[in-house]
Amino acid sequence: MSELAELARRAVEQAVGGGAGDAEAYASEAENREVRVHGGEVESLTAATQRGIGLRAWIGGRVGYGFGTDLSPRGIAAIAGRAVEAARVADEDEFAAAPEARGEPDAVVGLSDPSRSDWPARRIAELTLAVERSALESDRRIAAVEQAVYFDSAERVAIASSAGAGGEYETTSCYAYLQALADGANGRETGLGFGLARGPAALDPVAIGREGAERAAEMIGSAKPKSRSCAVVLDPTVAASFVGLLGRAAGADAVQRGRSPLAARLGEEVASGAFELHDDGLDPAGFATAPIDAEGVPRRRTALIEEGRLRTLLHDSYTARRGGAASTGSAGRSGYRSMPVVSASNLVVAPGSQSLEGLLGEAGEGIYVNDVAGLHSGVNPVTGVFSVGASGRAIRGGERGEPLREFTIASDLVSMLRAVRAAGSEPRWVPFGGSVSVPPLLIEEMAVSGS
Amino acid sequence: MSGNGDLLDAAVAERVLSRALSRGGEFAEVFAERRGGLTMAIDESRIESVQSGAEEGAGVRVLSGGTTYFAHVDGLEPADLERAAEEAAAALRGGAAEPRPLRAEAPSPQPIERRPGEVATERKAELLRELDERARSAGAEIAQAMASYGEARRQVAIANSEGLLSGDDRTRVRIGAQAVARRGDRVETGAETLGAHRGFELFDDDPAAIAAAAARKALTLLDAGPAPTGSMPVVVGGGFGGVLFHEMTGHGLEADHVQKGASVYGGKLGESVARPLLTAYDDGRMPGEWGSDAIDDEGAPTQKTRLIDEGRLVAYLHDRQSAARDGVAATGNGRRESFRHLPIPRMTNTYIAPGDAAPEAIIGDVEKGFYAVSFAGGQVDPATGDFVFGVNEGYLIEGGAVTRPCRGATLVGNCLQALAAIDAVGDDFWMKTGICGKGGQKVPVGTGQGHVRIASMTVGGTGE
Repeated sequence: MSELAELARRAVEQAVGGGAGDAEAYASEAENREVRVHGGEVESLTAATQRGIGLRAWIGGRVGYGFGTDLSPRGIAAIAGRAVEAARVADEDEFAAAPEARGEPDAVVGLSDPSRSDWPARRIAELTLAVERSALESDRRIAAVEQAVYFDSAERVAIASSAGAGGEYETTSCYAYLQALADGANGRETGLGFGLARGPAALDPVAIGREGAERAAEMIGSAKPKSRSCAVVLDPTVAASFVGLLGRAAGADAVQRGRSPLAARLGEEVASGAFELHDDGLDPAGFATAPIDAEGVPRRRTALIEEGRLRTLLHDSYTARRGGAASTGSAGRSGYRSMPVVSASNLVVAPGSQSLEGLLGEAGEGIYVNDVAGLHSGVNPVTGVFSVGASGRAIRGGERGEPLREFTIASDLVSMLRAVRAAGSEPRWVPFGGSVSVPPLLIEEMAVSGS
Repeated sequence: MSGNGDLLDAAVAERVLSRALSRGGEFAEVFAERRGGLTMAIDESRIESVQSGAEEGAGVRVLSGGTTYFAHVDGLEPADLERAAEEAAAALRGGAAEPRPLRAEAPSPQPIERRPGEVATERKAELLRELDERARSAGAEIAQAMASYGEARRQVAIANSEGLLSGDDRTRVRIGAQAVARRGDRVETGAETLGAHRGFELFDDDPAAIAAAAARKALTLLDAGPAPTGSMPVVVGGGFGGVLFHEMTGHGLEADHVQKGASVYGGKLGESVARPLLTAYDDGRMPGEWGSDAIDDEGAPTQKTRLIDEGRLVAYLHDRQSAARDGVAATGNGRRESFRHLPIPRMTNTYIAPGDAAPEAIIGDVEKGFYAVSFAGGQVDPATGDFVFGVNEGYLIEGGAVTRPCRGATLVGNCLQALAAIDAVGDDFWMKTGICGKGGQKVPVGTGQGHVRIASMTVGGTGE
């Protein structure tokens, strides 16, 4: 047993000894690095270590949570004390109970890239500088790069529970991105380029820089489109944000509480046949992949939408008990500071057969949306009604035309899914809205508001 | 030493700073923090998600030749701090520099009457039950109510190689209420919050009124039609309406954006950017306000900074580094989410000063337009100036009168044009709380204004 697993086990013992009927500890330790670059210089270099424990305590149907960074025996006792005290304040919930062991999780290989340690600070700084340089060299209209950023992390997680669920795993991940600035007649345009991998050796700094440059330069000369209803092609980065919202809507927690556009729609037709969605916690290419979820239940692959129908909801052990279903291994958390909640792992949209050019050709006339803004404020999570800021390119005669900005696209989530006419053949992993693999999507019709 | 208690001993700090500069550097700083808090929620009339935590740690940075070397660790033992100093210095290759001796300063933290940590947890649960009850009793069409409570205390201590040793003790409390109204297939939501840099005394005066307000918003929206589409005059309500100024101007005045050529306000200092009726401030000293602190997260005293003076742009918001780069004094805006983050220029409480127009007259002059009473939030790209706001309570204005509620409206526009198009500022004024995200860091900010009118703006809805 690792030292981390031992600390988790000790925290569970402390809570049970302190009055909890059951307890579960989530312990994590991480080493992170970050490089920020601007103007050919390293702006900042960060090295960090983090370690903490989050503890759930159950007293009958009452559950409370305590967390902390002090992992000395005294510190762990204090965390246990906070969790037990929190449980005493909570109200009884007949479905609240510690998750039980559900067999051995599948082994997942390739979550950790040991080459990270072969890349000292100097080398990751060079990689980040190369990202910036690539953007500046790939298009003369790129005036500057606001920032190029590299981040990597090696994390170990150990979960222990008095009810048996648990486990331990290690992952590494890294990403780099930049915001390129292009000079146009009407001011500056920005473009985001990014890449993600298990280790720095697998990142392509030239491609990341070029993507940012292309996205910024293509917006030069942009204008507002006319308000109308038209066909829309969503770039994978944009489609990913909507798929992320869909993942939340498919969470059984939101559905059981009647706060999801998918509430009471299990088994019903919620999308066109062209849109197929899985939650896959075991996909080796996904960044949310792990053998177990955030409460120690094995991860798995779950069909959410197939043949247009909503097949399953995402469950953690609480919603499974409440809904008379099985956990789909969908407990997630943003670290030891928060209780687990139902959340998607990797959302994977099935690719279709047409290239992006094919989708644009099929759209004929319309708008190619390559960026959206305001998703945190422009979407009603209960009804799925949304109106968000967007920018992109006109589609004219089946090809990308003039750049467009300062408009909104509006619909509701289910209407949009039903209007998916085709999914593209080239999916991409996108880290916005969770971890999503998605191709471009052609939407039959959407309301566009501009001038 | 008031403010930072036993967080950072002067002798330890001097040793850590020496260690940080042992391989060179022009400046070193240690930021120590102890943070603790409690959050809980009520949903389905049941108290749940009771979470209580405590964290402590430190971040050490060394500046050398334009590069910041930063390391952070959990824990505040001298060995933890020295480990952070060594990590930060690890990539440096120069000769040792000496920090100056520390002079302790003791700024006065915002006064807290009743420490939330000393109020029984059960009392906080009761507060949530009051909110739940008030929302549910607002009407038969209220189908659901949720409410949340949060308290946080951050004790910070900052020492740097220029001899500064200072600290602050910050306590914030905030409650939020959300209601869902249902009529047949129609489902609408309403939300309201109340927060301050204060103690539990904030809840002395009818805190459950926010639940009634959230319920009223949800019920109002049941009668809403689609929001209009296209360009039109927009009247923005007071309080959180100030998030409009926060997004479309405040972020663009943060000096890091300006210095990187990523702000549309770059090079406009001294120029007219708005009509003379507009004056605006960032003020980190407003008593009890959500975005106030005694000092910023680099130890500089917070201050009131005039940003726009009768339409003329007069200041940017600076942290230590951006001020040095521009050769100006810091404005006390170097903020960070926690010891795990580097300080960057951030707003504190940002507001448009009250004007002289009566709110009724501001609406009365509009033939056909949109009235955005409050926003769900907003976002801006400071480099292009493009912004977007989600409206959570909006109405149509027809013939100078507010006629019907609208749902699902979004406002989009460009900062410079929209700021210059503000043609009325109301004489009513109040502040609201927000959580602002930038560079992956979230900090509490205040926003404020009275009613404000923008002569023309794009409203994106699904209607005609």
